[in-house]
Amino acid sequence: MSGAMLAATVPDSLTFAISAAVILAGAFGVITSRNAVHAALSLVMTLFGVAVLFIEQQASFLAAVQIIVYAGAIVVLFLFVIMFLGVDRRENVAEEPLRGQRPLALLLVAVAIGGVIALEVSAHWATGAHAVAGSTTAGHHSNVYVLGKAVFTTYLFAFEATAALLVIAVVGAVVLAKRPRAGESQDEERPEESAGPQEPVVGGSSVDDERPAALVGGGASSSGAAEDDGGGG
Amino acid sequence: MSIPGEWYLILAAALFILGALGLLVRRNVLVMFMCIELMLNAANLTFVTYSRMLGDIGGQVVVFFVLVVAAAEVVVGLGIVVAIFRRRASSSADDLNALKG
Repeated sequence: MSGAMLAATVPDSLTFAISAAVILAGAFGVITSRNAVHAALSLVMTLFGVAVLFIEQQASFLAAVQIIVYAGAIVVLFLFVIMFLGVDRRENVAEEPLRGQRPLALLLVAVAIGGVIALEVSAHWATGAHAVAGSTTAGHHSNVYVLGKAVFTTYLFAFEATAALLVIAVVGAVVLAKRPRAGESQDEERPEESAGPQEPVVGGSSVDDERPAALVGGGASSSGAAEDDGGGG
Repeated sequence: MSIPGEWYLILAAALFILGALGLLVRRNVLVMFMCIELMLNAANLTFVTYSRMLGDIGGQVVVFFVLVVAAAEVVVGLGIVVAIFRRRASSSADDLNALKG
């Protein structure tokens, strides 16, 4: 196996080695940094390394999408939520709520990676029948051409379904992030004595009674709770 | 000649396992989300590697759809985190015990 590694050209080997180091360092940064902002920045590091490896494997379109969507949208959304919630204070990593969970997790990880490497040295992995979508370089076309043709012909229905999925996700994010209107009940935190005169319940819990806003939902709902934090994805 | 695919697969396995480890040991919901992204990226790297090894564009199409689903998942997940934080003022997974019997 190391012989195969040596048979690769020097630039390829160097690219792979540096990207692998960047990816693993970023992943370690995500799981070890106490500050959530640092974790998000380490995540960007890992995503860039993966994008480089996409380019190295002639998946140039996916590399561009990886940078634009992941590093450009998802991580920015993460950072936005971290700073919006103000949870960038440090987490106490030392405390361990579940006894023995960490050693057990490390043991599981060691078993898993050992099993994967044992499989790797003993088996030929890429087996099975090919899909119907065609070759990566059909007729010496570019990667974008081949990928676009597959997406818009063979996988057209799945592509249309993603449109519905994205619309549902946006609507869901808006509904989740919307501040409850004054007077709308948050069942869990309603004080018993403020339940008020019961209106006839028509269709569930969303009856819009007219109690003053001061009685409803104290606690965490800060005054500046934003209206639109879900549209970034 | 480029790097053999097995090296990419081992790297992706290591990345996946690091993500799983982080998901198991961290308590901050946002960091747990980032670890899920790590695991998604490991799966994407595996798909692209197999796509190259088999000379089949299908693997890259799957990665394309995984990216879409990951974006939707993060948007909804962070919306849930914001909604929970508004009630509990905490982003630790240990505080989410409202369903505890």
